[in-house]
Amino acid sequence: MQTALTFAADWVIVVPAILPLAAAALLLMLPNRIAVSWWIAVLTTLAVGISGAVMLWRVSADGPLAMTMGRWLPPFGISFTADITGAALLLTAAVVTLVVLVYARADEAGPGPSNRFHALVLLLLAGVSGAFLTGDLFNLYVWFEVMLAASFGLLILGGGAPAFDGAVKYGLLNLLGTSLFLAALGLLYGTLGTLNMADIAGRAAGADPAIMTSIGALLVVAFGTKAAAFPLNAWLPASYHTPPASVSALLGGLLTKVGVYALLRTLVLLLPASRDLLHPVIAAIAIATLLLAPLAALAETNLRRLVGYLLIGGVGAALAGLALPDDNGIGGAVAYVIQAMLTITGLYLVAGLIERSTGETDIRRMTVSGGSGTRLSVLLFVLLAAVAGVPPFLGFWPKLLLLLGAAERAAPAAPQAGDAIAWLVAAALLLNALLTLIAGFRAWATIFWQSAAEKAHGSAPPPAGIPSRQHIFGLGAAGGLVGLVVVMGLWPEPLLATGRAAAAGLLGPHAYVQAVGLAGSAR
Amino acid sequence: MIETIFAGLVGVFIAVAVYLLLARSLVRPLLGVAVLGNGINLLILVAGRLTRDAPPILGAGASAPPGPLANPLPQALILTAIVIGFALFAFLLVLAYRAQETLGQDEVDHMRAAEPPAGPPPPLSY
Repeated sequence: MQTALTFAADWVIVVPAILPLAAAALLLMLPNRIAVSWWIAVLTTLAVGISGAVMLWRVSADGPLAMTMGRWLPPFGISFTADITGAALLLTAAVVTLVVLVYARADEAGPGPSNRFHALVLLLLAGVSGAFLTGDLFNLYVWFEVMLAASFGLLILGGGAPAFDGAVKYGLLNLLGTSLFLAALGLLYGTLGTLNMADIAGRAAGADPAIMTSIGALLVVAFGTKAAAFPLNAWLPASYHTPPASVSALLGGLLTKVGVYALLRTLVLLLPASRDLLHPVIAAIAIATLLLAPLAALAETNLRRLVGYLLIGGVGAALAGLALPDDNGIGGAVAYVIQAMLTITGLYLVAGLIERSTGETDIRRMTVSGGSGTRLSVLLFVLLAAVAGVPPFLGFWPKLLLLLGAAERAAPAAPQAGDAIAWLVAAALLLNALLTLIAGFRAWATIFWQSAAEKAHGSAPPPAGIPSRQHIFGLGAAGGLVGLVVVMGLWPEPLLATGRAAAAGLLGPHAYVQAVGLAGSAR
Repeated sequence: MIETIFAGLVGVFIAVAVYLLLARSLVRPLLGVAVLGNGINLLILVAGRLTRDAPPILGAGASAPPGPLANPLPQALILTAIVIGFALFAFLLVLAYRAQETLGQDEVDHMRAAEPPAGPPPPLSY
């Protein structure tokens, strides 16, 4: 039991949630000086990234870290718990935010030069960090709402009819999703009498499986909405292309991934028995998302909407991991979420650069010329290959883990029967890669290889390229991120090791429960 | 017994909310979200068990309650949920008003400003 004050070094757990919140409040009080607010935002994000890295290092060495607030003993006080999954995703989120902050310096027409933008970005980061680190289900709901509030602001900051249209759909459907999560949480509290994740992990096994599975199904619907899984994905392509590219990149890189994370956390760590009963449903959702999203991308003409559909396909791949609950399957899902945060953000950033240098949002009208066209085509090529999972690039490795997991489940060692669903999931993963490749490179070829004369619809001559200042920040940020994607693709061992270690932590909750201080009551 | 009645009431709230959410005009789905939020708050209250017990306040110097106490936690949860729900609902109301002003439209069927313009389907127009 924890009765002493938390060890000073463990305070690193709350830094990623509290620091951005405080900095966001500070930014709103300061006069509107872009340079100052930008530096505050960058330094805060750096601090979050560093504490994420420190946590990842400590958690890999000594197991999960925990801190319980207000000196209430663990099942009652709100716990913050960092395990490998949370720490690795937090570090990735900080990297993504940092890249977007640099990129947004180039957004002179958008909401870039305003301290409100920086404050909302930090608020979003605080919500994401809190969601990754909290060990309390109700607290997770609060962080979800913090993210929702910040994303509302970011979506409409630029103004304009499309932004309002998108934000209405985004807002209503996402508020509905979090309301359903709140309902599931109320039912869970009524059944188990606790909301502490470690305590739930210990008690869920003894509860009535029928009630637990209903709650699990409600959680699948709620977090499926947040993650944009297939039947509940309509809000994403309706809204993510309306704000400036930097905002699209931030929302696309962070928000849906938190939904996937919440699904992994609740269904694998907390309610594994309900997950097993819901197995066919989850597999069906994953397969439908994997196949339908790239088909929609194939039929899409707006560049950033196309990226949105590729994002949804990636969510399908992460859910495929949820349908293969072994070390390789769950590890593949965590690794896939990490790579998707990086590549999807990169895709939105490069799409924004292409839109700016061509002055068009429709793929069929884009004509790129000169040196910047070559650079953009290389960046887009690498990212599309990474998303589709072409071998040397980043997306291949998590998919390899997922396929290994599927093969293990489909044809296990002698005594157990194989799982036929795993074959379907594996086939859907491979088909998804093929369809993503076709959809992505069809757009790429249309943008960069079709000459202006060949374009079916005549359009104005392209503007004279990106202004130099935007060039430096925009291309620099996107190029840096693509460089990171290439390096991680060529040296995948850390990513795969992190994924496997995260899976071990999620599948065996003992260390997690013990870190919170509830070892006695664990199952 | 009283819990069963309240559970039925939660069901009524959620049925009303679903009916409102299915409407096309923007104001009704918004009201639906508000009703849904209240239904869920009631659900949390019932989940914490409705009992007739002493208020959860310790006397001066006492370190343990004298007898059974009412459960204070659902009220703390609901209070938080009400604050969050109220803020987001207020934002959505303003957003819907601005959207109606900007788009000249509150029928969700006709809110198409963010959709790409109609044209020949992509395989033909690429």
